[in-house]
Amino acid sequence: MDFNDTKEEAAFRAEARAWLEANVPSRQELEGLDEIQAAKLWQKRKYDAGWACIRWPKEYGGRDASAIEQVIWNQEEGKFATPGSVFGIGQGMAAPTLMAWASDEHKRKHLPPLASGEHIWCQLFSEPAGGSDLAALRTRAEKDGDDWVVNGQKIWTSGAHFSDYGILVVRTDPTVPKHKGLSYFFLDMKSPGIDIRPIKQISGGANFNEVYFTDVRIPDDQRLGAVGQGWQVALTTLMNERMAIGGGGGGVGFRQVLALARRVELDGAPAIEDKQVRAKLATWYAQETGLKYTGYRALSALSRGDTPGPENSIGKLVAASKTQDMASFAMDLLGASGAITDPAYAEARGMFQATFMGSPGARIAGGSDEIMLNILAERVLGLPQDVRVDKGIPFNEVPTGAS
Amino acid sequence: MNFEFSAEQNLLREQAQGFLQEHCPLTAVRAILEGDAAYDAALWRKMADLGWMATVIPEQHGGIGLTHLELCVIAEELGRAVAPVPFSSSAYLATEALLLAGSDAQKERWLPKLATGDAIGAFALAESAGEPRPERLATTAVGDQLRGEKLPVADGDIADFAVVVAKADGGDGASLYLTELADAQRHPVATLDPSRSHARLVFDGQPAEPLGAAGGGWALTQQLLNRAAVLFAWEQSGGAAAALEMAKEYALGRFAFGRPIASYQAIKHKLAHAYVKNTLARSNCYYGAWALSTDAPDLPVAAATARVSATQAYYYASKENIQTHGGMGFTWEFDCQLHYRRAKLLSVHIGSESAWQHKLIGAIEAQAAA
Repeated sequence: MDFNDTKEEAAFRAEARAWLEANVPSRQELEGLDEIQAAKLWQKRKYDAGWACIRWPKEYGGRDASAIEQVIWNQEEGKFATPGSVFGIGQGMAAPTLMAWASDEHKRKHLPPLASGEHIWCQLFSEPAGGSDLAALRTRAEKDGDDWVVNGQKIWTSGAHFSDYGILVVRTDPTVPKHKGLSYFFLDMKSPGIDIRPIKQISGGANFNEVYFTDVRIPDDQRLGAVGQGWQVALTTLMNERMAIGGGGGGVGFRQVLALARRVELDGAPAIEDKQVRAKLATWYAQETGLKYTGYRALSALSRGDTPGPENSIGKLVAASKTQDMASFAMDLLGASGAITDPAYAEARGMFQATFMGSPGARIAGGSDEIMLNILAERVLGLPQDVRVDKGIPFNEVPTGAS
Repeated sequence: MNFEFSAEQNLLREQAQGFLQEHCPLTAVRAILEGDAAYDAALWRKMADLGWMATVIPEQHGGIGLTHLELCVIAEELGRAVAPVPFSSSAYLATEALLLAGSDAQKERWLPKLATGDAIGAFALAESAGEPRPERLATTAVGDQLRGEKLPVADGDIADFAVVVAKADGGDGASLYLTELADAQRHPVATLDPSRSHARLVFDGQPAEPLGAAGGGWALTQQLLNRAAVLFAWEQSGGAAAALEMAKEYALGRFAFGRPIASYQAIKHKLAHAYVKNTLARSNCYYGAWALSTDAPDLPVAAATARVSATQAYYYASKENIQTHGGMGFTWEFDCQLHYRRAKLLSVHIGSESAWQHKLIGAIEAQAAA
């Protein structure tokens, strides 16, 4: 048992680090660029040198790297202050779906610009009436000549306003049971009839959008999988989403709350001397390290060339709640001033408060806590699915809250 | 990254699992729980034949000289089986105390017998309610004679010798003594988990010899407890996995309102939460195992983390196992009680959850200061 790289891994790490040291853009280089311009500059530079989407086949812009090499690359890149990525959905979810389901022609056309950062993609799955029960979506597509005509509404679409393409699941047959009447497309986000409206979140930000479709035409050629096979194609995307989101949380961690507890007082002594404070901190620490070492176990499997076990699927579930609870507790430690968000007065420039307001989102996005627990129960423990009253019933006869 | 057990260690796990399924089914645990025997002597003998007690004892002292990783593997399986044997007292505490602080003569005298299972060792620290502190110890040594009482001492009624923590005037306030128990006053004490035996030891001029430096006993005790905590955590982790498995099997077979109760989210989410806690605990145990087997400076943090996490996991799995069984889980006839009892016994045995939480933060602060 050790934490060391194999010889090959160490060589790869050194190569990656050397390239990063020479090529990560300086602050001056990025001056005046907005978030997307900066992200595109960095992505293109990686692409030109063969360091973009390294697990992908070379013909699509990758370097045929192994899973463990991808992890090593991520670790090394993570040590540098690089522009944030806006390509996660395109590269992490749309691309694997294209690789599995698209024609060779589409793959050759669309994958390289995804790798180079030239194109940004978004995901159009969730709807106001279909979130956790995603397959209950209602956006309709009807065949008209060689095109499909789409009408309906999508929601929670990150980055729709700056995306070039989108992946879309729609209902093509409402007279069959819900999973069987879906089809999967990709489309140009500049298509006529698309109306994008930002959603303001409780955190004050607006990372998501509602996307309205009015008679939007999509060529049949941009369908992935057969008509009615959309759910199967969507599962490819969703499996990759959970891998992309895994870990989650961010912002407030054990170290931040420990530092705070050493600084603020409780009953006339540093809060860290209080047994209850220590107990809470110890539990969070053990959760944090538990996730870290679970990750190490998965890495070890990758390093051996094996597929990691299901253990890693606990990541988002544990991290999201822990982050929320820690932010809340940090604000408690601050007393009345814990409520202040004014950056002039707030502790750590409002980090705890911002995390407190942002963390409810992390418990919902990419599979809510409840859905994650169902997944663990069903796929890991092998427990049966809950009874589904809509099973086998034509979608247009399923009871809804709206009708 | 090679953060896993070796192929040989995994093979050992499989063998241990198979062996315990055959020789330590829950009926055997129940036999000790309900009967007069203090432990399963036949099982103990067979474990000795496999060399389990000899695992980390050096070959020069009659051991096999394997690493603590192998001992962690065995600990997890013993925990899974709720084994009614004095393994933790003898192999994690007494053996470790001798390895840490024993003189050559002490090692030569006791290690070969511990290795073959012919001798059983115990560790006597607790005296009264609350977490032990050197200044609160009432057991003292005058010359080489012990006076005082130890309560409860796991396996104190069957052990051949005990390592005793006694108050000292100088140094860190405590000294360790090794005392043979054959002629000692020992009285069995009923505990929550009768599948493991406990005693009250009364020392009234009990002959003893010092173990380690006089006045260095408290530091030694902490060192010993840190090492043992990793092994106890592995036992707890194994027990937690078994309790979850028991709950799962029952939920799959029990029908209510026309379907298995395992299909209700109230049950599914409960068991998924147990799986999450068990996974976190087991991963922390991995790190503890690494720190223990390499004598890493990180051991105090690693041990406390594993201990906190495994204590939480086993408690949750053992109580929710009863809950999943409903009324049947509350009957004497069902085996849910075995895990519920063992989980609580293990959680208080070498320091409670809150004591280890307190230690964990202390160890993190000490690490940051270093």
